[in-house]
Amino acid sequence: MPALLALFRRDLALARRIGGGGTTGIVFFLCLVTVVPFAVGPDLALLARIGPAILWIAALLSTLLGLDRLFGADHEDGSLDQLRLAGTPLELVVAVKCLAHWCTTGLPLVIVSPLFGLMLALDGPALGGVAATLLVGTPALTCLGAIGAALTVSLRRGGLLLSVLVMPLAIPVLIFGVSAADAAGGGTVPFATPFLVLCGLTLLALAGTPFAAAAALRLTAE
Amino acid sequence: MTLPPSPSSPLSLVVQDLAAERGGRPVLAGVSFAARGGEALGVVGRNGAGKSTLLRVLAGLLRPAAGRVSLEPPEAGDPDTPVAERAHYLGHADALKPALTPRQHLAFAAALLGRGPAAGAAATPDEALERVALGHAGDLPCGYLSAGQRRRVALARLLVAVRPLWLLDEPATALDAASQAVLAGMMRRHLAGGGIVVAATHGPLGLDGWRELRLDRG
Repeated sequence: MPALLALFRRDLALARRIGGGGTTGIVFFLCLVTVVPFAVGPDLALLARIGPAILWIAALLSTLLGLDRLFGADHEDGSLDQLRLAGTPLELVVAVKCLAHWCTTGLPLVIVSPLFGLMLALDGPALGGVAATLLVGTPALTCLGAIGAALTVSLRRGGLLLSVLVMPLAIPVLIFGVSAADAAGGGTVPFATPFLVLCGLTLLALAGTPFAAAAALRLTAE
Repeated sequence: MTLPPSPSSPLSLVVQDLAAERGGRPVLAGVSFAARGGEALGVVGRNGAGKSTLLRVLAGLLRPAAGRVSLEPPEAGDPDTPVAERAHYLGHADALKPALTPRQHLAFAAALLGRGPAAGAAATPDEALERVALGHAGDLPCGYLSAGQRRRVALARLLVAVRPLWLLDEPATALDAASQAVLAGMMRRHLAGGGIVVAATHGPLGLDGWRELRLDRG
């Protein structure tokens, strides 16, 4: 247990440094959200309608952006070997690294999403819906990405392959996340229906990821 | 059901008929040896002979294709502890982050690798840094250290957690003469405490009476 706490604190400390990816992810998120109104034009009604989808796609892309370093950096400098020598199961190491990564990349996105939603002319309930669905959905994106990161850990430029691998897996999360956020802003479907499916998808990802990613890390290390 | 062995009973590392593959090609086959507590084993052989592979298999980082590795007697209190959790592994990479300081690295290593009743006997990060003559650089980010200094931080990791088996892959790389003497002193002290050292090396280890394990075939 002290080993896991130390790992969590080390990963938080590393993410705070320049190039750690914590703040870069938010800036990338902001870039994506600001680019869309330039592309589709200043039609406020249209922006408000597609706003939740834009925020979700931006969150997906910025989550994927930082994930190739999740295990890659530790693999290259030999830290992963030290982590495997600890008396802690690799599955727990993976879970703690995912948690630390989400706290430094996913959670900040959730916190700033209402602010960025204002730029897309979302109203109050829609802002709340997007924030709630991102809070529940981004852990699933981080987890799915962690499996891809573990599979591509020994590749020098694994980031692109990681995105290609993870994007199809993230589609169900995207579908139910966006439809729940849309439902919060008014619609025929009650909010709870897609939201509960999203919760289920996240729980599934949380339960499966430590085992899948740890197995992938053991395999690629050989 | 057997009684846990007394802590004073000597350790022995037994490797039987070990074989390993890298990328589907056999690298090691039929490697057998034993080492008792207080003994140092130098693994020698030409480049590509499988020295690093052997150490990675011993550390549990690679699965052997055949054979077994055991460290007898089993750990008191937890006889199922795998060899990997009773071993220090120092590879080619120093496992250091440029943004973190040596003191942060050693505190992390102590939390990560230290375990069991022996944890109290380990050196603190500051003591370990003094032993490798880096007391002055404890708070400098590792990105600013030279290759030899980074190596010494990695060596200090051996001291902050007590583990009986040291697996060292070319430990003297980038070290100057004074630091090589420090390394030899660390190994002598570890051996005097009943530990085992298995080191892949191209040069002398600076120890009296180390045995050679030659991996060249044919």
